[in-house]
Amino acid sequence: MDSSHRRLSAQSQPSPYDDSYLEHGEASQAGPSRLQPGAQLTLMRYLQDLPDADIPVSDVPPRYHTGRLPNSKAGDGKPRLLLMGQRRSGKSSISSVVFHKLPPSETLYLETTTRIKKESMHSFMDFQVWDFPGHLDYFDPAFDVDNIFEEIGALIWVIDAQDEYLEAIMRLNTTILNLQHSYPNINVEVFVHKVDGLSEDYKGDTFRDIIQRVQDELSDHGYENAPVSFYQTSIYDHSIFEAFSKVIQKLIPQLPTLEALLNSLCSTCHIEKAYLFDIMSKIYIATDTSPTDIGSYEICSDYIDVVIDVSEIYGWDRPDDNDEKDDTSHSEIIEIGNNDAESLITMERKGNNYLYLREINKYLALICLMGDDSPAEKKAVIDYNVGVFQAALKQVFPRAERDVPLPEE
Amino acid sequence: MNTGKRQKQRKVLLMGKSGAGKSSMRSIVFSNYVAKDVRRLGATIDVEHSNIKFMGNLMLNLWDCGGQDGFVENYLTHQRNHVFGSVAVLIFVFDIESREFQADVVSYSNIIRALEECSPGAKVFCLIHKMDLVQARLRVQLFEERAEYIRTASEGFRDAVEFFPTSIWDQSLYKAWTQIIYFLIPNASVIENLLQQLAEIIDARELILYERTTCLMVTHVTRGKESENPFTDRFERISSILKTHKQSMSKHTGIPAGSANFAEMQIKTGRFMFFITRLTENTNLAASIPPSEQIFNAARVNILLVRPKFAELDIASKPRPGIQQAFAHSAQSERDREAGSEEDRERVGRGKGKEAVGMGGGGGFEG
Ligand SMILES: Nc1nc2c(ncn2[C@@H]2O[C@H](COP(=O)(O)OP(=O)(O)OP(=O)(O)O)[C@@H](O)[C@H]2O)c(=O)[nH]1
Ligand SMILES: Nc1nc2c(ncn2[C@@H]2O[C@H](COP(=O)(O)OP(=O)(O)OP(=O)(O)O)[C@@H](O)[C@H]2O)c(=O)[nH]1
Ligand SMILES: [Mg+2]
Ligand SMILES: [Mg+2]
Repeated sequence: MDSSHRRLSAQSQPSPYDDSYLEHGEASQAGPSRLQPGAQLTLMRYLQDLPDADIPVSDVPPRYHTGRLPNSKAGDGKPRLLLMGQRRSGKSSISSVVFHKLPPSETLYLETTTRIKKESMHSFMDFQVWDFPGHLDYFDPAFDVDNIFEEIGALIWVIDAQDEYLEAIMRLNTTILNLQHSYPNINVEVFVHKVDGLSEDYKGDTFRDIIQRVQDELSDHGYENAPVSFYQTSIYDHSIFEAFSKVIQKLIPQLPTLEALLNSLCSTCHIEKAYLFDIMSKIYIATDTSPTDIGSYEICSDYIDVVIDVSEIYGWDRPDDNDEKDDTSHSEIIEIGNNDAESLITMERKGNNYLYLREINKYLALICLMGDDSPAEKKAVIDYNVGVFQAALKQVFPRAERDVPLPEE
Repeated sequence: MNTGKRQKQRKVLLMGKSGAGKSSMRSIVFSNYVAKDVRRLGATIDVEHSNIKFMGNLMLNLWDCGGQDGFVENYLTHQRNHVFGSVAVLIFVFDIESREFQADVVSYSNIIRALEECSPGAKVFCLIHKMDLVQARLRVQLFEERAEYIRTASEGFRDAVEFFPTSIWDQSLYKAWTQIIYFLIPNASVIENLLQQLAEIIDARELILYERTTCLMVTHVTRGKESENPFTDRFERISSILKTHKQSMSKHTGIPAGSANFAEMQIKTGRFMFFITRLTENTNLAASIPPSEQIFNAARVNILLVRPKFAELDIASKPRPGIQQAFAHSAQSERDREAGSEEDRERVGRGKGKEAVGMGGGGGFEG
């Protein structure tokens, strides 16, 4: 599955760093999962990808989806997100909730991670998530540092904000300092996690305190302006998804183009806020550049849930039904791939279109929060402009198309 | 189903020991709380009453009875007739985590005896609650053990009592409450008949009628291949999805959750089309139809036309013809004529209703 993982040090005893200890992403981790085999249609492909999260065979070289790989050697081209931090800080919970849709309350039953757990995600871009055991010394000589960090996209350091965090900070800083020389461009993303249990005041204080301590200590060691970002997260609300969105956006080279496209869509159609979502993970990979607040993200993310859930319920693989006259003509439409799912919500107290969703390609959906001045009769205008947007996106992410990738231009 | 005397108000007792989760589930199902808000609830003092109007002439009169020993003692003695008289349904909530399960069952027996004495015709539902606290693989077994044990303590209700595992953290709560509501709806078959005809006229695969505030399903009709839909839990799932979404919309728009209703929701995919629209004052209709714009548009128009027919079920006024008159092209069915006249008989003497109610909300439609 992952041939790039090699062990440098020959050891007779199995160590946690052995290949044999690596678990590769399995769907079984997903708990009572929504994964149903055999569903193949618009908006349903998220169901298929988890079990076989390998790169699909394609003779087109992966030109666009490699992400920024500052230290890339000739590898498999998948940026890695490494989840590190103290034991029980919540690493596995984060990975299960974000990528396997495990209900947050079910994370109570997760067992401690004893070996590195690798998950391959293939979506609009391929990436891997490596969930580390908390007790590992990441710089143990037995540890194949180069192999771990060479393809890294981001190092996500998880700190339990409800617990003592001094040791966590110490280890984080050691890690940053160790990486500083060989991998100076690694994005270090600190998740101040489990903030759901804290009062507003305490939450803010803790957050500031952690930032202060990390920065102070790094500059004591002569490392100023380290590329470290901080987020407050919890698996019990949308914050973990928002944080992941921001982490992943940094790895998308096409981000400025996407933002420009979204901006122009918003201004032509009086859209208040537009998000480009990865349907499977509900991470947004871009939004227009108007100010974002978590509320807009939340409502769009909740909306995707509704559409996906309903699609799952009624999009089941029904046996050929001759009573339904347009059934055959319909499957053709799916094959030629121009029947993208769409959805619209109008609110009783707000006469206008309120939420609009359109499937953009196999992986992405556009969700728009309509402004008060975007009246219903403009739906045709919106449809048209979204079509234009969709065509433009095809050029940016050719890989994400359902059909065979375009030949080289 | 309910052949007994018809009451406009149906009294429902919600009982169980203090902390079992009665008010929590009530707040979630009926008052738009989200699960994580219930920690704020204090213990219930005496009885809290609420009234909820459903489709048809069903008015739920819910008694949330504080479960502290002193109150229970009082219900069983001084207020015995007041509390246990004319009860349609008793919902008894057991906390799966309780350390004193035996004592809980003893208390349950006392209540069951009082119920049997004052309302022998009542129906009993037992909810084994907080199932989320049990590991998934142990849930079924533990639930069944408890249910069997409680059944033996159910006296005269022994054979009829129904058990549900529930948790405020998942759709199981909706599954249980949907069954309870269905039991209480006096004219379910009439509504189903009307829906069935509507489904045929608009060529729907499935229609789900649900109450707008609680998102609890009133009833549904399923046609053709849709009955093979592998998601047999889809009704409670849809309740739960819509409820969650309602809260999300409310939070974002600032409209109170009670009125954060959509005028319409539509989803169109290559495999199906789906929309939700208002049907009557208190209900919405969700329709799953084949993926065709034609069917979709015709269905929306036909539902608009049929609204008044359903509104009459909400507020009975006068004898009315069957649904067919709204549709030039539909065939009269024998079954329906019967259903219609049975319904008419029920309505006799109810007085003139406000016919317009339930039809006023058409403004949200476009096109
Ligand atoms: N309150 C709260 N608890 C959380 C959150 N995220 C995780 N937890 C809990 O934290 C505990 C530990 O989570 P894990 O994900 O197993 O921690 P880990 O970092 O993978 O631990 P190791 O594998 O031992 O290194 C679990 O009981 C989770 O339910 C959160 O956002 N809020
Ligand atoms: N884990 C879990 N906790 C629950 C559930 N339902 C309720 N609770 C918790 O149980 C506690 C007590 O809930 P209440 O609803 O106030 O209990 P009650 O039965 O109304 O108690 P009295 O009013 O004193 O009779 C609350 O703190 C809830 O958080 C559930 O499904 N799962
Ligand atoms: Mg772990
Ligand atoms: Mg209470």
